[in-house]
Amino acid sequence: MNFHTVKYIKLWIAIPLVIILIGFGLIAVRGFNLGVDFVGGSVIHVSMDKSYNVNDVRDILNELSVSADIVSAGQNNQDIIIRLKYMEDQQEIHEKIIGSLQERYGLDEEKFSIDFVGPTMGRELIRDAVKSIMIASGLILVYIWIRFKLKSGVAAIIALIHDILVMIAVTSIAGIQINSSFIAAILTILGYSINDTIVIFDRIRENTKRLGRKMDMYEIVDQSIKQSVIRTLNTSLTTIFTVAALYVLGVESIKDFTLPILAGLIAGTYSSLFIAGPIWAVWDKGSGQQRTAAAK
Amino acid sequence: MKKKRVLHLILIFSFILGISLVSYIALNGISLWGPYEIPPIGQQVRQGLDLKGGLYVVYEAEIEPNDPDKDDKISGAIRVIRNRLDKEGQHEATIARQGDNRIQVEIPGIKNPRELAEILAKPAVLEFEGPEGDIIITGKDIKSAKPAYGEGHTPVVDFELHSEGAKKFADATTKYQGQIIKILLDKNPISEPVVKSAIVGGRGIIDGMKDIEEAKRLANLIESGALPVNLEQAETRTIGATLGVNALNKAIQAGIIGIVAVLLFMLVFYKLPGLVADFALIVYMLIMMIVIVTTKVTLTLPGIAGIILSVGMAVDANVIIFERIKEEIRSGKTLSSSLDSGFSKAFRAILDSNITTLIAAFVLLYFGTGPIQGFAKTLIIGILASMFTAISFTRFILKLVMGLNIKNKWLYGA
Repeated sequence: MNFHTVKYIKLWIAIPLVIILIGFGLIAVRGFNLGVDFVGGSVIHVSMDKSYNVNDVRDILNELSVSADIVSAGQNNQDIIIRLKYMEDQQEIHEKIIGSLQERYGLDEEKFSIDFVGPTMGRELIRDAVKSIMIASGLILVYIWIRFKLKSGVAAIIALIHDILVMIAVTSIAGIQINSSFIAAILTILGYSINDTIVIFDRIRENTKRLGRKMDMYEIVDQSIKQSVIRTLNTSLTTIFTVAALYVLGVESIKDFTLPILAGLIAGTYSSLFIAGPIWAVWDKGSGQQRTAAAK
Repeated sequence: MKKKRVLHLILIFSFILGISLVSYIALNGISLWGPYEIPPIGQQVRQGLDLKGGLYVVYEAEIEPNDPDKDDKISGAIRVIRNRLDKEGQHEATIARQGDNRIQVEIPGIKNPRELAEILAKPAVLEFEGPEGDIIITGKDIKSAKPAYGEGHTPVVDFELHSEGAKKFADATTKYQGQIIKILLDKNPISEPVVKSAIVGGRGIIDGMKDIEEAKRLANLIESGALPVNLEQAETRTIGATLGVNALNKAIQAGIIGIVAVLLFMLVFYKLPGLVADFALIVYMLIMMIVIVTTKVTLTLPGIAGIILSVGMAVDANVIIFERIKEEIRSGKTLSSSLDSGFSKAFRAILDSNITTLIAAFVLLYFGTGPIQGFAKTLIIGILASMFTAISFTRFILKLVMGLNIKNKWLYGA
């Protein structure tokens, strides 16, 4: 079987680029869908455990003259999620809403969960999130640089940036709110998705040592990717099994956490096979000389 | 040779037996005689408040960034909050300073989270104000306060003053006989009694309570003292028990399905080594649970997600090793040397890839707050445990299995 990954590098980059462009196009039109963790406000989650009419809930909130975003959630849509923007007297509004819903539906305190975040927390969270992603990427880059070489480190980071962009795009297309769990999802993918890349890089390193005199970089990379395809797919598959199970069965907050991870896993597998290696090969050949230098 | 095979067989069976026994005890618990009792692991795990409900609140102190007494004020506020929680009977609560001017409080399993969040942040400045607007005594002069029933069975707070306060109070009640002394809580009048006679004993009552609960609450606030700074809720998460229990059940369901899928996949794809990897995975999960219980890690919902995710990741090392072994077998090597070179060639890639995941997990642990840290913790434990089970344990058992002289290469997935 002929295996040309490096040759079609433009095609491999074009495919995810389409997804990324659609996602970011949506962001350009609608803006980032930032959740309460970032912009402040509150989310009231009511576990009704019985059917209800969303319009009734809307009426109740209208009577209180509270403007909110109301959606049904959970199994058989028996949960309500009410999203409120940040207001001065937020706590009192919560009490009013909860009081009215309790009166109407006879719910006890245990059915209500509230996430309230003040307006000052968000800015710091964004700062910390950006900082932690930069630090993690930086440390990973340094590690790969030490273990392999700088070019491979940069190629791996480009693959990671690809994964993160796809995650953001998919999140935007799926209309999921971005909260702090999304940052955790990104960091998980940062750490994990690089594994597949490293397995392939390890192969390239080994093959360069062994075959560096007989083959050029393109062939070595193609060969290495070919040898690694099954293990790359299988390692990703086992992880996808468990994450997919969480996504399908999990509660709302777990769904919002696992969908980006799922997207990141698939993007990570793709980028390990079709982006990281080919970029290293093209760049290495472009600079012309060190055919054997990959071996360290 | 034959003797060796029997020995290997015995070893393998005792391993299987041992693992089954430990798994059984972990799931069901065991009670031997007297104090030697191990409850099921499910009961020993500390559940986070997103699973059993509760309150997570971050207060922000209104304080100048360059206030020289900042640290004293924050630690004073923490002390007051601790007092109030103790008086409410919340001994499981954790309080921690967060950053420069924030205080984080976590209370698992409470029924009235929002009310408690309010109470903890009450300034609780108590003042007795004379008719001329002069402050006679404050909450600091009060030695103790108890809820009680006063005249006509009305709920009141019965208080006792320190000696200095008692003197000031005696002087003022002598001076203002027949006049009103206002009792203010956070500048709001709660009671406006008329002084009937001088109070010299250093004891008194505050009336005007709606019920005995309110009297109890006020007594607690007075005894805990006033907050040295104003606190504002910057972030409040109250989780109702219903949502938490739902989340936990669904996560457990997802975990079982995901784990079974991984076990089957490994068995079907890698046959005999896959079976060994499945055993290693069970050992891995046992180690995870034991570490979580013994190190008293609080399990949050993202933490459970981390464990389930790590199950998928734990077999990665095995996949990489087994693929290597297949290659070595195909290149014509004997089973035993294929096994050795498969493990050694795969080791470098496994080490490198696990270290990068650890880097990300530690960054997450350092920067994350609350539940996210729970996720980072389980991820870190998982990576370390899987390095052990997927490499050392699998190798050891595979060697034993090979000692049985099973020559069929199909069984090795090649």
